[in-house]
Amino acid sequence: MTQSVKRHSETVMVPFPSDAIVPARDLGKRPVLEARHLGIQFGGLKAVDDFNLTVGPTEIAGLIGPNGAGKTTVFNLLTKVYEPTQGTVLLDGHDTKGLDVTHTARLGVARTFQNIRLFDKMTVEENVRIGLHNKIQYGMVSGILRLPGYWKKERQQHERAMELLRIFNMQDQADAVSGSLPYGAQRRLEILRALATEPKLLLLDEPAAGMNPHETEELMDTIIRIRDQFQIAIMLIEHDMRLVMGICEGICVLNFGQIIAKGTAEEIQNNPVVVEAYLGKQKGAGE
Amino acid sequence: MSTKTKNMLTTLLTLGMTALAFLLCQLAIVNDWSWMTSTLKGQLVNICAWIIMAVSLNLVVGISGELSLGHAGFMSLGAFSAIIVGSWLKRGMGMESGELRFVIAALSAVLVAGIGGFLIGIPVLRLKGDYLAIVTLAFGQIISNVLRLLYVTVDTDTGSLAMALKIGSGTPKLPGKDIIKGAQGASRMPQDATFVIGFILVMLTLLIVLNLNNSRSGRAIRAIRDNRIAAEAMGLRVTKYKLMAFVTGSALAGLAGALYGLNQSSLQATFFEYNKSIEVLVYVVLGGIGNIWGSIISATTLTILPEMLRSFSEYRMLIYAIVLILVMLATNNPVIKGWFRMVSGRISDRRNRKTGKKEARP
Ligand SMILES: Nc1ncnc2c1ncn2[C@@H]1O[C@H](COP(=O)(O)OP(=O)(O)OP(=O)(O)O)[C@@H](O)[C@H]1O
Ligand SMILES: [Mg+2]
Repeated sequence: MTQSVKRHSETVMVPFPSDAIVPARDLGKRPVLEARHLGIQFGGLKAVDDFNLTVGPTEIAGLIGPNGAGKTTVFNLLTKVYEPTQGTVLLDGHDTKGLDVTHTARLGVARTFQNIRLFDKMTVEENVRIGLHNKIQYGMVSGILRLPGYWKKERQQHERAMELLRIFNMQDQADAVSGSLPYGAQRRLEILRALATEPKLLLLDEPAAGMNPHETEELMDTIIRIRDQFQIAIMLIEHDMRLVMGICEGICVLNFGQIIAKGTAEEIQNNPVVVEAYLGKQKGAGE
Repeated sequence: MSTKTKNMLTTLLTLGMTALAFLLCQLAIVNDWSWMTSTLKGQLVNICAWIIMAVSLNLVVGISGELSLGHAGFMSLGAFSAIIVGSWLKRGMGMESGELRFVIAALSAVLVAGIGGFLIGIPVLRLKGDYLAIVTLAFGQIISNVLRLLYVTVDTDTGSLAMALKIGSGTPKLPGKDIIKGAQGASRMPQDATFVIGFILVMLTLLIVLNLNNSRSGRAIRAIRDNRIAAEAMGLRVTKYKLMAFVTGSALAGLAGALYGLNQSSLQATFFEYNKSIEVLVYVVLGGIGNIWGSIISATTLTILPEMLRSFSEYRMLIYAIVLILVMLATNNPVIKGWFRMVSGRISDRRNRKTGKKEARP
C-alpha cells in the first residue's frame, strides 16, 4: 500500500499531442491506446459519445463514473465486442476498424469481465493455458498423434502457466475446476488468463469487486507488480476509490457516456464537476 | 495428481477396458462359451459401429457443445461411399484382399463424410446460436431422400462405374450389374467388415477423440463451449475450432458407416433417417454428455438389448425402460465416476511412490 501511494506521487503527467496526457516516462513513446472521437449508439441512446483517450505504454489508467455511465461499453468498443458507430481506436498504432474480437485481441489487448467469464468446466491451469493458446502453439495432428512437438509445447505451456499462477499464489489450485473457485479467486484467475496472452494493454473491469479491503490492498500491489514486471499498460474500471486514487496515474471520468474530466488523482479529487457528478454522491452515501 | 496425469490414465483405462472386453469376446468365440450366442456374435461388428457413432457424436455434442441431429446422415454418406468403393474394387477390379478393400473403402467413406461435415459446418458454425440442430436435422432427411434416388452399377468386365440420380418417373438405365438400386438400396456388397477390424476402428476412434480432447486444440474447443465471448477475447478463432470438432465427428461417423455398411447383406438409405440420429443421441445423453466411456457402455448395452429381449415379447418395452434407467444411473452416478477416478488415482500414486516423485507443493 505504501509502495503504491509513493509510486503515485512520483508520477508526473505531461501533455502528449494536443490535449492528451501520459506519464512522463512514456513521453515520446508510441501510445498503446489512442481512442479518437469514439462513440456508439444503442437505438436512441448514446451510450458513449466523443470519447478521446491516450494511454502510454506503461501507464496505469483508471476509468471511473457512476453506474450506467458507459465504462464497460468503452471496454467493449476497445475490444471490438461492439463496432463503434463513430470514431477510431488505435491499438499500438494499428487501426482496429473492421477487425473482430479475435483479431483485435491478437493485436495485444486482453481483458477481464465485469460479470466473470471463466471457462468454468475447465481447470484453473487449463484456463491459463487458453491464454497461452497463441503464444505456445502446436497443431491438431501433433496433438492427436502425440508427436514430439506435443510433449515439448505441453511442457512449456505447463511451466508458463504455473509461473503465472504464482503471481497470485494460486499454483496449488491449478487442478481445481475454475467454476468452483471462490469469487475473488475467479477474478484473479481472469487476470492471469488475460496476462497469459502477453498483452500490451490489459483491461480490468472492476477487478476488486467482491473483494474485502485486505484482498483489495493485495490486488493494488499486484497490479503495480504486473505493470513493472511485464512493462505493459493497464486500464481499469473500478468503483473502489481507494484503489483508483492509489494506483492510477491518469484517470478519466465518464458520466452519461461523456468524459467530464481527465487528470491525475489529485486533479480529479479536486475537480468540482467530478465531485458533483460522482464523488459527491459517494461521500454522502459511503463516508 | 495433476490433471494431465489423470487425463492420461483415463485414456489408458478406457483403451485398456475396451481391449479387455474385446479379448473376452474373442475367447468366448474361440471356446464357444454359452453367453456368446449366435445373435450376439452377429451383432459384434454393429456394436463397434454404434460405439464409434456415440463417441464421435459425443465429440460434437459433449466436448464442442453443438447439438447435431443428423449424425446418422454422415453415417449414411460413409456407408454408401464404402459400399460403392468396396463393390467396385471387388466386382469391377477383382481385388482379392478383403482387408485391403475395406481400408480403401473406409478411407473414401471418411473423406466423403468429412467433406460433407465441412460443407454443412462452414456456413452454419459461423452463426451464433443453435442453428446447427435445425440444419443437421434437415441434412439427415435430405441425404436420405437423395440416396433413395441413387442408382449405381458396375461393369464386371471393364470395371467401369456408372451412377445416376432418378429424376422424374423413369428409373435410369445403366450398363452393368447393380450396386445400389434406388429405394431398394444396396445389396451384394462385399461383407469385408470383421470384429477385429471393428475393434481396431473403435480403438482408433477413442485415441483420436481422447487425445484431441486433451490437447491444445481440444482445450480451445472446450473453452469455446464454456464461454464463447471469453474465448474470442483470448484471441481464439471460434469457427475454426467448432469446425474442427464437427468435421472430425462427421468423418468418424463416416468411418462407422463404412463398418456398418460393409457388414450387411443389404442396406436402405431410410435406415439412416432422423430416428437413427436420435437413437445415437440417446446413447450419448444416457452415457453422460462429454463422458466417453459412458458412451461406450450405453451404445453397447442399447444395441444388444432389443435383440436379447425378443423372447420376452410383451415385457420387452418395460425391461428396455428399466435398463435405460439403470444405464443412466450407472454412467452418471457419482459413486461410479468416483470409482473410476479412484482407480486411476491409485495407479498413479503407486507409480509416484515407486519413482519417489512428489508433486511440487511449496
Ligand atoms: N448492448 C446494449 N444494448 C443497449 N443498451 C446498452 C447495451 N450495452 C450497454 N447499454 C446501455 O449503455 C449504458 C452504459 O452501460 P455500461 O454497462 O457501459 O455502464 P457502466 O458504466 O459499465 O456501469 P456499471 O458501473 O454499472 O458497470 C447503460 O445505460 C446500458 O443500459
Ligand atoms: Mg460496467
